[in-house]
Amino acid sequence: MSEPIIEMKKIEKHFGSVIALSGVSLKVMAGECLCLLGDNGAGKSTFIKTMAGVHKPSVGEIYFEGKEMDFDCPRDAINAGIATVYQDLAMIPLMSVARNFFMGNEPTKKIAGISFFDHKLANEVTMREMKSMGIHLRSADQAIGTLSGGERQTVAIARAVHFGAKVLILDEPTSALGVRQTANVLATIDKVRKRGIAVVFITHNVRHALAVGDRFTVLNRGHTLGTAKRGEITSEELQNLMAGGATLATIEGSLAGTI
Amino acid sequence: MNEITSTQPMSNAKPEKPVKETPKELGKTKPDERVKNRSSFRQALIRPELGGICGTILVFLFFLLTASDSGMFSAAGVMNWSVVSSQFIIIAVGACLLMIAGEFDLSVGSMIGFSGMSIALLSVVFGLPMWVAIIATFILCMAIGALSGWLVIKTGLPSFIVTLAFLFILRGLTIFAAISTTNKTIVGGIKDAAEGDWLAPVFGGKVFTGLFQWMGDNGWIETFERGFKKGQPVVEGIPMLMVWAVILLVFAHWLLTKTKFGNWIFASGGNAQAATYVGVPVNRVKILMFMFTAFCACVFATSQVIEFGSAGADRGLLKEFEAIISVVIGGALLTGGYGSVIGAALGAIIFGVVQQGLFFAGVESSLFRVFLGAILLFAVILNTYIRRMITGEK
Repeated sequence: MSEPIIEMKKIEKHFGSVIALSGVSLKVMAGECLCLLGDNGAGKSTFIKTMAGVHKPSVGEIYFEGKEMDFDCPRDAINAGIATVYQDLAMIPLMSVARNFFMGNEPTKKIAGISFFDHKLANEVTMREMKSMGIHLRSADQAIGTLSGGERQTVAIARAVHFGAKVLILDEPTSALGVRQTANVLATIDKVRKRGIAVVFITHNVRHALAVGDRFTVLNRGHTLGTAKRGEITSEELQNLMAGGATLATIEGSLAGTI
Repeated sequence: MNEITSTQPMSNAKPEKPVKETPKELGKTKPDERVKNRSSFRQALIRPELGGICGTILVFLFFLLTASDSGMFSAAGVMNWSVVSSQFIIIAVGACLLMIAGEFDLSVGSMIGFSGMSIALLSVVFGLPMWVAIIATFILCMAIGALSGWLVIKTGLPSFIVTLAFLFILRGLTIFAAISTTNKTIVGGIKDAAEGDWLAPVFGGKVFTGLFQWMGDNGWIETFERGFKKGQPVVEGIPMLMVWAVILLVFAHWLLTKTKFGNWIFASGGNAQAATYVGVPVNRVKILMFMFTAFCACVFATSQVIEFGSAGADRGLLKEFEAIISVVIGGALLTGGYGSVIGAALGAIIFGVVQQGLFFAGVESSLFRVFLGAILLFAVILNTYIRRMITGEK
């Protein structure tokens, strides 16, 4: 727990004349859930895309398991063990759960020198992994389209975990979900964390963050406004930090007397 | 102050706890209360091929009732519509895999004319051995397939447009090449050029001739009663065209459903972005499928050229649409990511049987299109309904 699994040091990212990130530093330990909070445009997406190898930082260093890393493409980051579950899920609705689960990593078996897609193994593994995440499928053959949004999100998470993710980045996994589905995804995050995987959970919902987070980092206009441990910060304080830091707090203070 | 801040998150986290527990319970009871039990019969029905299966049964029933005494189901009659169906199967298999990978090829028909002419010109006009002409044509056609695939990927244009351009380019080149070298649009003399060649019989020969002769000798199938062929069976054997249809069908079905590459084909057509993200080489898959379609068109053309002994610049007209219709009747989704090779083959059989069957039934041949349109509509409506059941939309 003492050594961070991934450490981002003074990350800066410039897009032309726009400074999207100006020196963000962050550490994530194995088995903890770090919540990255921030309003729209705070730089959350840019930051995690830097972590996932989509963007190269303009300035700054990334240390993964103590070694300095230089990701050229998302594939490098995935191979290193950093998996990202994006909002659009990377799932294909008309394909079966098992086919989706093993997409790009198909298990094969050789019969008479010809390699076959091992459907039996794929179905077994999918059923087992989904069961361990608390989702009971009728069969691994059913199409992804039959699952709810929360269940699809869970398939994506289970897939990342099964293929050896050490750091799991979740980009607003709960933003499009209903109450019960959100609860389901939060429960999944909890299960993943307990397996010793570091989770980076991006959200702008303070309640969701407080439900599973161990530490909370708030981003605002490309800066970190600080990191707080669980129990050190209230939901109101987090909300205020996200909404523009001290400015809103003072406005609220001045309004408090009148309302 | 400090106490308040430390207890606040706890009280905030508490209401979440019971909520977190409920999905687990829900998950356990789910098979009982949330999911309707589907009978295994209904389960078996929900497959892409269902439209094709129903269509095939309907078509055969129709012709058994209306044309059973016309010789349609005698050995010669069966061979007649089987050969036509096999032709459709060969091009439908290629179009099917390409469509599942999310692309179209409208140049199939022109490719058939082009490759046939290429074989004829190389062997008859330029005097190359037949096997060299055939192999060179296959390489040329697959290179053109790869080129159109590469253009689709590099430009990001819809394959509809790119292959529409190739439809005209290839047809024009075929006519130009034929006219400028021979002054004719039909080049004959291929039978002589193919004489004694080792590769030509692979496309134009017949197999199991001994078996058919034996069946004819025993009086099980019709034999010629007069002329120099007296005593020989009317159906001499299984043409290689049918063997090719079966080989391509089995290969494509195996590739699509039983291999890793098959999963990549589905993934590329379903959502290219998602597939790329998990490491599927989408571009390679798509280009290979364009090449496979060209290969199928080339098999069709070679068999036809060797069989007829001539190549025509207008061969293969409208074949691209016939291939696409077969695939769509077979349950494939026009936008890609879903479909079945078996379904496409059934679509091709429907096509072939209807086309030849109406002739046997003595129906005015112009009604063929009406019949075909009706079947197409029926199959597509049924397929849409099946797909909704699969995705649980409705």
